[in-house]
Amino acid sequence: MEHYFQPEIERASRDQIRAWQDERLAKTVRHVYDHVPYYRTRMQEKGLTPEDIQSVDDLHKLPFLTKDDLREAYPYGLLAKPLSDCVRIQSTSGTTGRRVVAFYTQHDIDLWDECCARAIVAAGGTRDDVVHVCYGYGLFTGGPGLNGGSHKVGSLTLPMSSGNTERQIQFMCDLGSTILCCTPSYAAYLAESIHERGLQDKIKLKAGIFGAEAWTEEMRADIQNKLGIKAYDIYGLTEISGPGVSFECSEQTGMHINEDHFIAEIINPQTGEVLPDGEKGELVFTSITKEAFPLLRYRTRDICVLNRKPCSCGRTHVKMSKPMGRSDDMLIIKGVNVFPSQIEAVLLQQGYPANYQILVSRENNSDRLEVQVEMVPEMFSDSVSEIAQREKELINALKAMLGIYAKVTLVEPKTIARSEGKAVRVIDTRNLY
Amino acid sequence: MTINQLSVFVENKIGSLVDVTKTLYENEIDMRTLSVAETPDFGVLRAIVNDPEKTARLLTDAGYVCKLTPVLAVAIDDRPGGMYRVLQTLEQHSINLEYTYAFVTRTTDTAYMVLRVADNEKAIQVLQEQNIRLVSAQEVFKL
Ligand SMILES: [Zn+2]
Repeated sequence: MEHYFQPEIERASRDQIRAWQDERLAKTVRHVYDHVPYYRTRMQEKGLTPEDIQSVDDLHKLPFLTKDDLREAYPYGLLAKPLSDCVRIQSTSGTTGRRVVAFYTQHDIDLWDECCARAIVAAGGTRDDVVHVCYGYGLFTGGPGLNGGSHKVGSLTLPMSSGNTERQIQFMCDLGSTILCCTPSYAAYLAESIHERGLQDKIKLKAGIFGAEAWTEEMRADIQNKLGIKAYDIYGLTEISGPGVSFECSEQTGMHINEDHFIAEIINPQTGEVLPDGEKGELVFTSITKEAFPLLRYRTRDICVLNRKPCSCGRTHVKMSKPMGRSDDMLIIKGVNVFPSQIEAVLLQQGYPANYQILVSRENNSDRLEVQVEMVPEMFSDSVSEIAQREKELINALKAMLGIYAKVTLVEPKTIARSEGKAVRVIDTRNLY
Repeated sequence: MTINQLSVFVENKIGSLVDVTKTLYENEIDMRTLSVAETPDFGVLRAIVNDPEKTARLLTDAGYVCKLTPVLAVAIDDRPGGMYRVLQTLEQHSINLEYTYAFVTRTTDTAYMVLRVADNEKAIQVLQEQNIRLVSAQEVFKL
């Protein structure tokens, strides 16, 4: 039996959703035109006034916004409300250049929390659940988002934050956590740690809500088996609000975008042309209910497909696929586009663990790709030729997937560093820039 | 009449071997023989130890991937052609030999061969028919 946090919204008719979007888009455009010089200038450059944007059909007229634009505007350049109306900031993990800072009014926090509450209820959460949040708390939106959503649902919230695996497992056992919220790589690590300690019978988990990094169906199956739970995907980005922009339902075939708050488009990343539903391209979001930091046509860099086929869960909001790659993560090796997620999928298919590292280097002016994988008991043999044969099969499968040769190196267990937050999987030493 | 051989996955660097053998030494594991089969990247350490189950547990807890495999050990006659007779017998009966290594002990003059074959039952039968003496784990450790 499917449950909804806000059934009247989550199951609204397509016409109703469209009516909300038309009205809220026009209102948001008027609001930013009047209050954010940056938007006014960009619209005037295109000869646009707020009257030109009456409905979703007019959306394509607006210019795109990129992460670079957000960095340029740091810190207040896109702020659409007086600071005195803002109650919170969150920020992206900026590895290069300036960070992006997003502002929230109380209204913005509330709608973000509601989005996360929808995700928790879709994963089976109720006020009787114990929601164990081990996303990081702080500037990162993971912890605060799921924390807020759990409060809205009325679940008992465990604000564990990330790290300290011993304590995570102890609280999980002692307080009977039922819903786990963290990154999928940390969920896999926790599952392994729980098994190592023989505590699988002591935990009461029934579901997990995992996001903030790429993961595969194989990884999902592995986590679901090891923890005996159903694992749900969740998607979001700080720029748009945080986790909960979209979330998975029981069907597990894509994430419903909260279309009453965010309009999604898929574009050709090269030309900017809007693509029809079902085509693969870059995901673009427009937030239409936010007050302090509404973004128009923000390019996420995530490559996705949208699907409007009716869903068995009863929700009417469009579904997005799991991101199939991120142009930021994309490696160009020997002129070929390589996504780490492709390599991970092959490893899992072949029976290797998700503990791997991708090393890219340059030797004699030629790119060299190496994949280091940890040995596991299932792949080990007393016969060297048998191991070498499996290694060769892995090399062939990688070649079939990527189109280029990857050297495979088998390493001893637990020698590849495991992160408790986002996984660092790629070491690129080419220094091409 | 098989012996449980311990194999351990090691990276092909001296430090890995040092670490494994240190763990064995510190836990007072009695080891009769040790060999390493290697490729340029990794190696498989093979050892005959007095308590293979316990040793496998120790190494697994220490973070290694290991495995126990039933292998055959035979005593080699102290006369020319002893080793040849063993291999020839296996070949004549089309028993596939995955690998083999020999070892000697301090207390006897006899040499021993460890045989990893595809079909232990059949190998035992044909070796016994040729009066080639199979050695038990007890015997190996009382040598
Ligand atoms: Zn659904």
